[in-house]
Amino acid sequence: MCIFRQPSNIVDATDTSHPDYYHRVVDCQWACPAHTDVPEYIRLIAQGRLTEAYLVNRESNVFPGILGRVCDRPCEPACRRGRVEDKPVAICRLKRVAADHHEDIATRLPKIPKVKNGKRIACIGAGCASLTVANDLLPLGYEVTMFERYSVPGGLMRSNIPAFRLPESVLDEEIGMILGMGVDLRLGTCIESLRALLEDGRFDAVFVGSGAPKGKELRLPGREEAAANVHIGISWLESVAFGHIGHIGERVLIIGVGNTAMDCCRTSLRLGARQVKVMARKPRGFFKASPWELEDAEEEHVEILVNRAPKAFVVQNGRLAGMRFDCMEYELDARGRILSERVTGEEFLPADDVILAIGQENAFPWIERDLGIEFDKWDVPVVDARTFQSTRAGVFFGGDAAFGPKNIIWAVEHGHQAAISIHRHCQGEPLGERLPAGVTLSSRKMGMHEWSYANDYAPIERRLMPHVSLKERFKKLNIEVELGFTAEQAAEEAQRCLNCDVQTVFAAKLCIECDACIDICPVDCLTITGNGAEAQLRTRLKAPAQNPAQPLYVSVALPQTGRVMVKDEDLCVHCGLCAERCPTAAWDMQKSHIHWPHAADEARVLEARKPKIA
Amino acid sequence: MTFIAKPRVTHPSLPQNALGLTRRAYEGALSTLCAGCGHDSITAAIVEACWRRSIEPQNLVKLSGIGCSSKTTAYFVSGAHGFNAVHGRMPSIAMGANAANRRLTYIGISGDGDTLSIGLGQFCHAVRRNVDMLYMIENNGVYGLTKGQFSASADVGTRAKKGETNLQPPIDPVLLALDLGATFVARGFSGDKHQLVPLIEAGLKHRGFALIDVLSPCVTFNDHEGSTKSYAYTREHYEPAVLADFVPSEAPITVDYGVGEAREVTLHDGSRIVLRKIDSDYDPTDRAAAAAAVQARMSSGEYLTGLIYVDAGEERPDFHQVNATPEEPLNALPYEQLSPGSAGLRKVLARYR
Repeated sequence: MCIFRQPSNIVDATDTSHPDYYHRVVDCQWACPAHTDVPEYIRLIAQGRLTEAYLVNRESNVFPGILGRVCDRPCEPACRRGRVEDKPVAICRLKRVAADHHEDIATRLPKIPKVKNGKRIACIGAGCASLTVANDLLPLGYEVTMFERYSVPGGLMRSNIPAFRLPESVLDEEIGMILGMGVDLRLGTCIESLRALLEDGRFDAVFVGSGAPKGKELRLPGREEAAANVHIGISWLESVAFGHIGHIGERVLIIGVGNTAMDCCRTSLRLGARQVKVMARKPRGFFKASPWELEDAEEEHVEILVNRAPKAFVVQNGRLAGMRFDCMEYELDARGRILSERVTGEEFLPADDVILAIGQENAFPWIERDLGIEFDKWDVPVVDARTFQSTRAGVFFGGDAAFGPKNIIWAVEHGHQAAISIHRHCQGEPLGERLPAGVTLSSRKMGMHEWSYANDYAPIERRLMPHVSLKERFKKLNIEVELGFTAEQAAEEAQRCLNCDVQTVFAAKLCIECDACIDICPVDCLTITGNGAEAQLRTRLKAPAQNPAQPLYVSVALPQTGRVMVKDEDLCVHCGLCAERCPTAAWDMQKSHIHWPHAADEARVLEARKPKIA
Repeated sequence: MTFIAKPRVTHPSLPQNALGLTRRAYEGALSTLCAGCGHDSITAAIVEACWRRSIEPQNLVKLSGIGCSSKTTAYFVSGAHGFNAVHGRMPSIAMGANAANRRLTYIGISGDGDTLSIGLGQFCHAVRRNVDMLYMIENNGVYGLTKGQFSASADVGTRAKKGETNLQPPIDPVLLALDLGATFVARGFSGDKHQLVPLIEAGLKHRGFALIDVLSPCVTFNDHEGSTKSYAYTREHYEPAVLADFVPSEAPITVDYGVGEAREVTLHDGSRIVLRKIDSDYDPTDRAAAAAAVQARMSSGEYLTGLIYVDAGEERPDFHQVNATPEEPLNALPYEQLSPGSAGLRKVLARYR
């Protein structure tokens, strides 16, 4: 969606009433798939209101304790602090602080009506997407039945994330909150046929949240002969999680360098491996693993070897002896893209076990292909990206089952959106006409020189996460490595947040063009100049606006000279000095609250529309 | 004023000058003036000009008297030398400092009260003596610190915030300086840095007395309807006569101006001012014509701005030439040269017997 029209000669005044404008300024919230109100909960943490911080989180991301440990954190690379300084705010780990120390919230969770609305929903899989659907629909009076093939709920969160990263108690608590709302959970129940479920007729809608449970295979010579010692990453992690595997050989090779590979290598170290090598086909810049997961693995002395392409499994005396790799060389262009590759030689690396972590897929052998659910050429169901409905009305997909492997936070948002769709479907409303996002602004001015937010820039560096010592952490499989921030660290880290949701709101008609705001702005993001085409305007600003991904705010023509106020949103630290210095209050600091509708909001609006009988 | 300090954080790709410093290195203490004061904009223009000229902070001397304007020396180049003089007596201190050390760059900041009322005599003599300094008047037409009485630069007919109308004619520092033989006379507006910054750059490099009278609206006591020095009124009534671009000596000549459109004035250090005329008849090197033009505009209620007059040939001797001050700063001269000794003293005294 483009919210900026760009005529050839001048830029139109920015329409800040569009809910996306101020949302975009809050980089973390904009980047979060579930649009968690990050600055708000960080402020609450800074005030010591950890329970409230937890609830703000829970509203959008449902699993703050889980995500506070294992989220892929799309918010952090987006964080403005990372552009102003070097490192972003440790958003993810602050979330964990709120989760670790919140008080009992049982009384503050949505009330579940005793009288149900008569609609029944089936959720297939008890992972994060299905749990979110249940979390959103149970308070509206729906009855939710959840089918799970294993004997415990949690899906990949439980089976694929090692306990040293995500303790069982955290999973139990947050999953328990939702199950406690009254989910009819059928454990150990594998849905073998969707047709049977649909024909049963008990359910008004079906949500498929069965994940992407199939690990990719690597077909190379020797694969069959070495089968006993070659493992598929996600299945292996699952077996470890459920206690079926408790040991691995001394020398382990991990093929692939994504986050699953990182979990595999670190788990191997806890199961007896002494020498673990992660084999990457390409150079470091191409690694799929998150930088912090790479860092944690390397801290544990996992060796990552680059430019090795797997060629064959080597079997001696009927047992895996190692693997042969082609040594690769790549020619990269200036932007780091591969121009050409060549093989420079071959290498043999001995191994007792090999773990394949080269990706995973969703698989639907249990969905009959004649149910009106269309599958595309890759044999995955065609799902509407907005409503999450398949081509058969009433059947919805979410999480990894919808668009392939992503992350918990994506699955949660899929769940929220699918819940809205399921509600509209069950109420006979068109799925597409959902509530739009909204924004409300409220001034933070308290009086002369008083603003109700901490606007001083704290020049402190990102706090380091304390870890259990290398000696201690391998003693047991489930010793959580990260200790979490101390109260002091959390308080300091919270001060690094720039409060991007406290917006600089400009009223052009009040401006007398005294330049006070421009002179005081510490990061030179304001300019008063003649209007022009955006590209040209960017060259005329007080400081270079080199990040075209960040919008320019352009005001309407100013009353005295007809010039425009331009703000480069890129580096604004939201210190509020423009508003503090403005003699006419043309600038004001206003907290933006982004309304990102959930099923409960839809329900409220639909309810209000119903004719009232007096 | 504001109580929130400007944070130290900067734009990560802020350009550096020849000394490797960013503009932020030329800032000073937190301003305690009213939010929106024109003086703060002038401060920002001085910061910009000093940064662009790569002035070493320790080689700059900031001097001022008393008043809102005179507080502003604290708000720029905190690494420079500073002197807050008695009301209206800043020129004497500047002169003394100049005599002792001619190697430093002197910038005096004064206001309409400090210069045109209590300090008028001092100001006139500093112009006359062609003291080597940049003298800036932050001119708002009112006594802001004493709650908004008319100053000596208030125009006839302007109304005070409380309603009185001014009946006494103003003293115009530009006309006065032209009359007293100033070699660099300019007028700017705090709301137009595009014009002001090059004027300050040129003024800093000019040898002899450089005056910049800057119209600087008082946002608290003189920014209402009926005031002739409000932001709105000044914007409508300030007329740039010439656009002055400052070209440092190290910069190659790259810009070609059409014949008659521009003329260059070379300063003593080799840097140049390129004057682009807006009115083709205006000659900024003709003192009498400049004074006439200023007066003509004034009678029609307008302020002529820009570099109004510059002594192109720099023929007038400056303070140092007239008084044969030593090239070396006094603090660098050997004791024998500084002190005549008892024999020398006897010789001097003998002259008065």
